[in-house]
Amino acid sequence: MRLSMLATAFVFAFATNAIAAEVAVTQKGRKFSEKKIELSVGSSIKFINDDDVTHNIHSTTKGYAFDVGAQKPGQTIVHTFGKAGKVKIRCAIHPKMKIKVTVK
Amino acid sequence: MGTPLWTTEAAAKTRGEWKTEYVRPGEVPFPEENPYTTEKVNLGHKLFFDPRLSGSDYISCATCHNPSFSWGDGLPTGFGHKMTKLGRRTPTVLNSAWGELMMWDGRFESLEEQALGPMGAEAEMNQELGGIVEELRAIPGYRTLFNVTFPGEGISIANIAKAIATYERTIVSGIAPFDRWVAGDETSISTAAKRGFDIFNNKANCVSCHSSWNFTDSGFHDIGLPDDDIGRGGVVKNMVKMQHAFKTPTLRNVVQRAPYMHDGSLGTLKEVIDHYSEGFTKRESLSDEMKPLNLNDDEKADLLAFLLTLEGADPVVAAPVLPANDQVPGAWLQRLSPAAGGQAETAECRTARLHLRRCK
Ligand code: HEC
Ligand code: HEC
Ligand SMILES: [Cu+2]
Repeated sequence: MRLSMLATAFVFAFATNAIAAEVAVTQKGRKFSEKKIELSVGSSIKFINDDDVTHNIHSTTKGYAFDVGAQKPGQTIVHTFGKAGKVKIRCAIHPKMKIKVTVK
Repeated sequence: MGTPLWTTEAAAKTRGEWKTEYVRPGEVPFPEENPYTTEKVNLGHKLFFDPRLSGSDYISCATCHNPSFSWGDGLPTGFGHKMTKLGRRTPTVLNSAWGELMMWDGRFESLEEQALGPMGAEAEMNQELGGIVEELRAIPGYRTLFNVTFPGEGISIANIAKAIATYERTIVSGIAPFDRWVAGDETSISTAAKRGFDIFNNKANCVSCHSSWNFTDSGFHDIGLPDDDIGRGGVVKNMVKMQHAFKTPTLRNVVQRAPYMHDGSLGTLKEVIDHYSEGFTKRESLSDEMKPLNLNDDEKADLLAFLLTLEGADPVVAAPVLPANDQVPGAWLQRLSPAAGGQAETAECRTARLHLRRCK
């Protein structure tokens, strides 16, 4: 929860000049550390695989689809959100792992 | 990154700690969009067993998802409309309330979405979805049941799906010897099975995919079956690890569901264990969690003994009495065809009859 509040604070504070922020999300025990995240356009999420298995973060949301590829334990991947909208992110291998990202 | 913390954690996990990961949930999850009601369950039960949902009127959901085979059909791959051989084995619908994406390749997002798939599929039930609503409307008992279940809405495609999905969510595996062991009864499973449980969680690492009380992560993995079905790769394109990936099936009551795998290619649980131990195809898409195990015969026997403890005493499923076809003279009108010296029923009259109105 703390992270998304932080992200929201950025949106409010810098809405006009759209300052990019980076939010960290960990993957552990086949779970993401966050369920919902709000970001400003141009911000990124740093996905950290703290788990003992490979994950594969992707989204099939129309207009926002992306795939970071296989992410082994210990690896970190950064994804930047370039435009406003709602993006549903899942792990392709473990679809129960999901986050809703709102980019404003 | 130094040594990740998990390594030490995992190594330290005792049998007792592993057991706590398999505790049965207290209740069935129902989605907000389609909450539980007993009316939906009763109606869904009838629909699930009613062959009139198919174009030919002879295939019901239960023809393939047969409770006598733990909600599968006991075949390598099943048969649908006009005995069309299906491309993949019929999966169980057991414990599907806890599922995430439906089908071997996860192409449907929910049970509600899934329910409409087979009825419309030519190879499976070959029913026109619009036609189903009309066909059910012609059966007085269904009109009443739908009106009671969905007041003010009645029969619709969406409501058929909601009732079936709600019924499916009540199909939950019963208490197994394994559950009694987890709950503290040391005598309910053999020492061989207990050793098998240790192998399952440690040396064989089955738990990395068959996790939690339902023995599935609801995820997609290539476990190296040699056929050329690309599974999830057909839905999620251009992703190496999704090629040949299929959904992890539950292992509850698994002994009742031979033959195994999406293609029914492994006849027995022993063949399955041999596959994991040393028999899988190595390729780029193979899951990182698949490693040659080289289990010896004792370890294989222990693992099998463990899998057998997952067979529960499931409740007997009653075959429901289905609402009878319409008995009003409308049906006789058709017999009075011009050929038989009578007048053919007009489209208008047919529609009127189906809505239980008179026509001039
Ligand atoms: C002709 C046999 C057949 C009939 C009839 C049939 N199914 Fe299936 N069912 C299958 C097969 C085969 C699959 C898997 C197909 C695939 O994954 O490509 C399946 C998959 C499913 C799944 C997904 C299970 C999972 O874990 O992903 C559900 C739920 C299901 N069927 C419910 C139903 C319902 C409800 C009906 C009736 C409306 C029905 N089926 C009729 C053969 C059948
Ligand atoms: C990498 C993930 C993974 C691991 C590790 C794994 N499984 Fe599986 N298991 C699956 C998937 C996915 C399937 C379905 C594969 C298919 O049909 O293509 C499956 C199928 C099965 C089936 C057949 C079930 C059915 O209804 O067809 C059994 C039994 C089984 N696994 C037992 C085991 C055992 C025992 C182990 C450990 C030795 C194990 N699995 C390890 C993912 C895994
Ligand atoms: Cu994952």
